[in-house]
Amino acid sequence: MSALLLTMQALLSHWRRHRVQGLSIITGLWLATALWTGVQALNSQARNDYARASAVVAGPAHAQLVAPGAQRFDQALYLQLRQLGWAVSPVVEGRLRFAAEQPLSVRLIGIEPLSLPPATNIAGIAAQDFDLQAFIGTPGQAWVGPDTLQQLGVKPGEQAVTSDGQVLPTLVLTPQLAPGIVIVDIGHAQALLHAEGQLSRLLLTDDSKPLPDAIAARLERQPGEDDTGLQRLTESFHLNLSALGLLAFVVGLFIAHAAIGLALEQRRGLIRTLRACGISLGTALSGLALELGVFALLGGLLGVATGYLLAAALLPDFAASLRGLYGASVAGHLTLSAEWWLIGVAVSVLGALLAGASSVLRAARLPLLALAQPQAWRLAQGPWLRRQAWLAGLLLLLALACYLWGNSLPTAFTLLAALLLASALLLPSVLDALLGGLARRCREPLTQWFVADSRQQLPAVSLALMALLLALAASVGVGSMTEGFRRTFTGWLDQRLAADLYVTPRDTAQALQVRDWLATQSAISTLLPSWRVELTLQGWPVQVQGIIDDPGYRSRWPLLELRAQAWEQLAGGTAVMLSEQLARRLGVQLGDRLQVLPAPAPGMTVVGLYADYGNPKGHVLVNADWLRRQRADAALSGISVNLPAEGIAPLKHELQARFALDDSRVVEQSTLKRWSTDVFSRTFAATAALNSLTLGVAGIALFISLLSLGQQRLGQLAPLWALGVRRGQLAWLSLGQTLMLSSLTVLLAIPLGVLLAWCLVAVVNVQAFGWRLPLYLFPRQLLQLALLGVLTSLLASAWPLWQLARRQPAELLRQFADET
Amino acid sequence: MKPEAWLLIALALLAGCDPPQPPAKSYAGLGQEAGAFNPVTRNHALVFPRDHAAHNGFRIEWWYVTANLRDSQGREWGAQWTLFRSALRAGPETLGWDSPNLWMGHAALTGPGGHQSGETLARGGIGQAGVQAQPFRAWINDWSLQGSDDIGQLQMSAGGQGFAYRLMLHSSGPLVLHGDQGYSEKSGKGQASYYYSQPFYQVTGEVEHDGQRVAVTGKAWLDREWSSQPLAAGQSGWDWFSLHLDSGAKVMLFRVREDAGPPYRAGTWISATGETQVLSGEQIQLQALAWTTQQNGKQVPTRWRVQLPAQGLDVQVEALEPQAWMNTRFPYWEGPVRISGSVGGRGYLEMTGY
Repeated sequence: MSALLLTMQALLSHWRRHRVQGLSIITGLWLATALWTGVQALNSQARNDYARASAVVAGPAHAQLVAPGAQRFDQALYLQLRQLGWAVSPVVEGRLRFAAEQPLSVRLIGIEPLSLPPATNIAGIAAQDFDLQAFIGTPGQAWVGPDTLQQLGVKPGEQAVTSDGQVLPTLVLTPQLAPGIVIVDIGHAQALLHAEGQLSRLLLTDDSKPLPDAIAARLERQPGEDDTGLQRLTESFHLNLSALGLLAFVVGLFIAHAAIGLALEQRRGLIRTLRACGISLGTALSGLALELGVFALLGGLLGVATGYLLAAALLPDFAASLRGLYGASVAGHLTLSAEWWLIGVAVSVLGALLAGASSVLRAARLPLLALAQPQAWRLAQGPWLRRQAWLAGLLLLLALACYLWGNSLPTAFTLLAALLLASALLLPSVLDALLGGLARRCREPLTQWFVADSRQQLPAVSLALMALLLALAASVGVGSMTEGFRRTFTGWLDQRLAADLYVTPRDTAQALQVRDWLATQSAISTLLPSWRVELTLQGWPVQVQGIIDDPGYRSRWPLLELRAQAWEQLAGGTAVMLSEQLARRLGVQLGDRLQVLPAPAPGMTVVGLYADYGNPKGHVLVNADWLRRQRADAALSGISVNLPAEGIAPLKHELQARFALDDSRVVEQSTLKRWSTDVFSRTFAATAALNSLTLGVAGIALFISLLSLGQQRLGQLAPLWALGVRRGQLAWLSLGQTLMLSSLTVLLAIPLGVLLAWCLVAVVNVQAFGWRLPLYLFPRQLLQLALLGVLTSLLASAWPLWQLARRQPAELLRQFADET
Repeated sequence: MKPEAWLLIALALLAGCDPPQPPAKSYAGLGQEAGAFNPVTRNHALVFPRDHAAHNGFRIEWWYVTANLRDSQGREWGAQWTLFRSALRAGPETLGWDSPNLWMGHAALTGPGGHQSGETLARGGIGQAGVQAQPFRAWINDWSLQGSDDIGQLQMSAGGQGFAYRLMLHSSGPLVLHGDQGYSEKSGKGQASYYYSQPFYQVTGEVEHDGQRVAVTGKAWLDREWSSQPLAAGQSGWDWFSLHLDSGAKVMLFRVREDAGPPYRAGTWISATGETQVLSGEQIQLQALAWTTQQNGKQVPTRWRVQLPAQGLDVQVEALEPQAWMNTRFPYWEGPVRISGSVGGRGYLEMTGY
């Protein structure tokens, strides 16, 4: 024990002299853990909230009865089942809109407390513990979670008013309730949703009996699995974030690895001495491992705390984009379990092991009497570079295989990871080759030294340069993708949102009135009603939209692919058009037959594919008359109107006044476009933030490498100084070296980034969202990022060089005395 | 379910017992609302068949049938069918979920295999439960009590976990009004209900116990009671007897236990032809003889001595199944009893607030 203590004392004394090095290990682990746990915090918060949302009413194992197509059904079916002795409990749900600062839509769930299955919990409140009189009476209670309450801008005890002017029951704060959900008594819910006598589903207590025939014809049993629909829809979004988090983690580990490696090299002599003094190998290794553990713990704790702060800072954007994209509600504050904190620290320890294991192993293999030479820049470069190149080659093969045969999101990410890692591993070889070529052209002694010494530095700074390469390439790739997406999306919106005014009536009955009234308005040039049915196609939620035959669609509905006479066939009711992502998911191509509605409805030919960005559900276009013939329950969901610009505002007001429609139901084109683009900019805000953080981490990696290098490089620089090169000039030369290396890295990062961008739009996006985007390159953006990369390295080298320039001649002289 | 206003009252009238930790606001609510409901007054004539149906102006009401049955092997059974109506607020019944009425059904079957009970709840206004007069029909979910307008002929069915019954009831005597022409006092302080019975049912039908169907015959007793006022403060529970004597006479007795002081007692002596005699407290002697510990650890008296000196009645009343505990949200004891002593007979006993 005392041997270990002595060893630890000796080992730790190193850090007194090399504080920066110690700091850099901690920083590396800290940043790696922070970014990774931050992303995980966001993801786990979201998943928790999905689970809470789906478990609001259905206990985990409650089977349910629903009408086909998830339509509402007549309450009489509930009574019928009850009178047959079935213990079912009715639920009605729908959405309510509020004209808060940002138009807000919440999921209203109406429950019937008396018939709830015995063990049911509603947001943590047992069915038996309901305050019945208050809940079902007048005005009743509306249970909301803290986030929803905040979004509504009201206090508990108040009554919120929907944008339709309906008054909710008294709001009651229910801390455990998932965000975006309001729970009221079924009677209040039916009134608020204009669904008197209508139900959405029935919770089943006893799942064993067969349904009576009369009921089975109208309702179907839905097994009691928790509703993972949201999780499925948002899976790719979370995976994207995880991938970014992982990238940042790897970059952070680069820092730690570099610093740990350096520290070991510098302590070879010390370890030799310790061994010579009789400390066993085991004790020495234990000492090193213990030291690593301390670093891991420190970095981990710091990282988890920072990760939490980071996640909290990103959460609003993150929540907003999930809401906008998927309608998924995520709380605006983090509630994380102890488990999450433990995992964060574990990740840090794992990272430290990854970063430090090779160093400890090297120490284990160190011959007892080997010369204690500082090996940091003496590494035999040749075999080392060759080994890395081999590994890179293997990774590139893996990437190729993933591209050729991969058909899932994980393989797409493997492709990305393999590509990035291979490029990083190849970087030193490529730089070495470039510098080698340069060296042959140099004649002057100082330039020759300049290049040769840069080559000499490569092993020491290569890890930092790799980090820079990765971060920059990721920035280029993600930047190109987001910009490209923005451009494609806005172009597509311009085409797709061609009507001047969009009306979303409350229900079909009102929609028919609105349509009839609009038809009498002479100012209107076109009036396009669209009918909608929601169903699941091969397990995927799909919206079927029925449109009338109008020449406007031909010119305005942007199609990716179409067959001849496509619109005519669609109008004839013999053909369908599909959104790109649905076609991919179903594996359908132009000309294939597709059974959109279940038999006996006829199958239809697929005649067109169109982009439908941002829609997590599948989308199908059919003829409106055909849809209404096949499905009596098709809802007239929207009406779009074209009219001269000066008539838009008056018509909107007239519509709102006449049919009591609020702003969210009568929307002008410009507003709709603004909303849509807002959603997308928010979606990428979190991505962009993580991305710049990664670049920052790379900058820190470079800074730390240069800093540790600077301390060691005196031995290299002292002879030059002795030969008459001034200190200031030496500093400039060193700066030039750093800039040269980083500029070369930046130059290499740009094509890599473009390749990455291509992978993102053509491979990852297709797997993640189902749509492929054209690859756009933005020279300005590339230039900006390149400059940013160089600037990062400039900033990173400034301080170490400043120190170098201020070295006292005595320090330089001492180098000669020290070198023995 | 939280013991909120409606259940408090239901309980108060049914049982008069102390619900577990009653929230103070419920009592406050009761006091405020009591005025809005119809009061129970003396000299109010009951009218049939109208009064067989629900009385929506009143806060609380029940339809209560108990049957003493026997199968071909001579084994004895007891069946209970109860429907409670409770209003959250005064006013008429309305259509839709907004209805003020809440309904609660209790059913039990007591037999050689023990005592089984079930409970079901429903909201008013949507047709899930209710009572109509013409033709008479009282129902909640799949349980029902229905038949002729004069309730002379009824079918009664209910079931729960492991038990069910379908019984036909034919009355062989007139309706019986308790107290003062149906005005039945529950304390010396004016608390009262409207209360009438049909104690003269002959029963045929079948009971089902753990999947075994058994044909039965016997006698049944229907109680109808409605009110707006809870029991007086300090009344902790009650013991209620409905007895079919072998002589053909019937007896209804109850005592409401007071926290302090002697219990409030009252009853009705019903001759074999249906003539009634009001029994006042001093004419009734009730004495608990033996106690049984129930599944929840409560001790309830399951053997009694009942004396009506003026009628020459001195009998022991003993539970057929001492463990006839109603394991419902508001538990109480209710089961068939055997009568022996000056005269034999069968009947039902209900005990609440223990």
